[in-house]
Amino acid sequence: METKVIMPQLGESIAEGTVTKWFKKPGDKVGRDEPLFEVSTDKVDSEIPSPAAGIVTRILVEEGKTVAINTAVAVIETEPAAVAAPVAPSPTAAPVAPAAHPAPAITTEVDKKPAAEVRSSPLVRRIAREKSVDLSSVTGTGAGGRVTKKDILGAIEKPAAVPQTVPPLPSLRPAQPAVVVAGALGAERRETMSTMRRAIADHMVMSKRVSPHVTTVFEVDLTAVNRSREAAKESFKNREGFPLTYMPFIAMATVRALKKHPVVNSSVDGTDVVYKEYVNLGIAVALEGGGLIVPVIKNADERNFLGLARAVRQLADAARTKKLTPADVQGGTFTITNPGVFGSLFGTPIINQPQTAILGIGVIEKRAVVIEDMIAIRPMVYLSLSFDHRVIDGALADPFMADIKKALENWEDQ
Amino acid sequence: MPEITYLEAIRQGIWEELDRDSNVVMLGEDIGGYGGAFRVSSGMIDHFGTGRIIETPICESGFTGAAIGLSFMGYRPIVEMQFIDFISCAFSMITNFAAKLRYRWGASVPIVVRGPSGAGVRGGPFHSQSVEMFFAHTPGLKIVVPATAADAKGLIKASIRDPDPVIYLEHKYLYRRIKENVPPGDWTVPIGKAAVRRTGRDLSVITYGAMVHVALEAAGLLEKEDISMEVLDLRTLLPLDRESILATVRHTNKVFVLHEDTRTCGIAGEIAAIINEEAFEDLDGPVLRVTAPDTPVPYSPPLEEFFLPKVSDVVAVARKLVAY
Repeated sequence: METKVIMPQLGESIAEGTVTKWFKKPGDKVGRDEPLFEVSTDKVDSEIPSPAAGIVTRILVEEGKTVAINTAVAVIETEPAAVAAPVAPSPTAAPVAPAAHPAPAITTEVDKKPAAEVRSSPLVRRIAREKSVDLSSVTGTGAGGRVTKKDILGAIEKPAAVPQTVPPLPSLRPAQPAVVVAGALGAERRETMSTMRRAIADHMVMSKRVSPHVTTVFEVDLTAVNRSREAAKESFKNREGFPLTYMPFIAMATVRALKKHPVVNSSVDGTDVVYKEYVNLGIAVALEGGGLIVPVIKNADERNFLGLARAVRQLADAARTKKLTPADVQGGTFTITNPGVFGSLFGTPIINQPQTAILGIGVIEKRAVVIEDMIAIRPMVYLSLSFDHRVIDGALADPFMADIKKALENWEDQ
Repeated sequence: MPEITYLEAIRQGIWEELDRDSNVVMLGEDIGGYGGAFRVSSGMIDHFGTGRIIETPICESGFTGAAIGLSFMGYRPIVEMQFIDFISCAFSMITNFAAKLRYRWGASVPIVVRGPSGAGVRGGPFHSQSVEMFFAHTPGLKIVVPATAADAKGLIKASIRDPDPVIYLEHKYLYRRIKENVPPGDWTVPIGKAAVRRTGRDLSVITYGAMVHVALEAAGLLEKEDISMEVLDLRTLLPLDRESILATVRHTNKVFVLHEDTRTCGIAGEIAAIINEEAFEDLDGPVLRVTAPDTPVPYSPPLEEFFLPKVSDVVAVARKLVAY
């Protein structure tokens, strides 16, 4: 019996995905839940496990092609044994009950209508426009998944429960292989942006458009942090299996400062400022081969130092090995980015909307500094904060930064 | 405050106006000694005399024309169609003459053309029609469609006092089925004003005439499913109360129109167009229609049952619209 493999919906606002890699060729045997293909969406890259065991008979969507969710991407001829599986399809009906199936890829009819666009009503679209709600972030409960008045009003009432505003969905134009062509001034290589690149591009433009960015830079002496880190470094590595970096120190100081300065941990919703009573800390991770992703440490304010250190490590690993789930990159309330790893003195980062500020960490290096009329050699770092001047004034941003500086310079083991 | 029927309310309204203003007269077939086919004019000829309760030959165009002539001479004539279906015989008098004289000559034509309309009483195709849309397309006319006894009384009085031709459509199914307390005293119901019969939260039904009661019954059933349906009774079809229509759209954002009249070019289409033009961005779903099908009213009782919109039809469409 044939089982269709469909493009899964990796996150509720996702409308399409690009097949970046097939792990199986037609004719290959595949086990149930064995990685079958890799999908890149504008939020996350994921390996998709096979919905059934059997032989891959046809691959319908080639690598590099972008298709709407629920589009059939491959066909698996299931083995007789698979028929005995708990969610065995009936002999006549193609669809398999997806609810009982833990794998993200579900089988369905081939011609199921792709939910390529958010269905709503004129009223809902008007409310969305007036309240600056991204409809793709609202779950529709109406006929055919339509976003109804009730849905959008519910989403507005509970802003904390609304997933983050996401950038406009990329166009349906599929990613195409690079072509080298003769340009007017010489050979040029033209390449369609990847889904992630387009998402980043749209988000950056949107962020700069909606919020006036101002950047403030503080210089911080990391002597105290360094002392603590040096003392703990070896035992930490032996115990945890990964090195102790500066990031958890800065993250810890930042989370505490965020609790003290709630406006820096807020978002703008129309003419309202929404102060988050939780801290979901995003840490920007550069990906090999380009691209950038911001996994989020949920409820970072409830973690101790070790918990933060582990979470930073875990999410960074997951990001680099493409094991992040869509939920891992949603719901951030503040972001830290680290251009210093590339040698930058300090950055002027772009705010991750709808957050209102982002902290950049510059390179940590020994500098000659003047302390009480003496020149000393100290490990120094520039921390920069880009903030949304609609809601945060310098008089609010600088005390936030001063608190981070104070915490780091007077670091005491937790 | 005595309970009276819808029919008695019309009779009282006419009686009071005959009493109040000696220029009010009534013309029609069998309205004298017989008291009219449905007894609306029962007892009137004895009280007001043959000079004011005028029995006519079977010639609707003739006595409608006579009524228009009387109105030029200062009278306020009421024309009774024995069944409203027969009004088509006076179509030219009403549309070409009565409706146009204010525009043509600046003349006031204060006539009321009234009669039993609608189905549900096994009257067959010639005694059950809804004629409103033959006339709703004619500028210069007013059309009222009372659904309650109080409205029947208040609107007949307002129609008689109106300076322009009014078509007053009384629903024969309601004649003796509706009984209610009607306030005493001299009062009228303004022409052109709709009434919210029941407030609701989830959707609205816009309707008139006998269907108001179907809508109210459906709203009661829907309430048990936690669906709150607003019921707007138009009361007047020409001029339409746009303000009330748009207000209910803006209140619930989901609307359907219910009428007993047939579907094509029924007033539902016009209302849907108004909403589309003026309140598109207030809509959370399509404007739907529940109407009779495009056929004459059948004589066969099961077919007539099928023809008329029922409570179950209204409930089904309401559920569909709420889930949309």
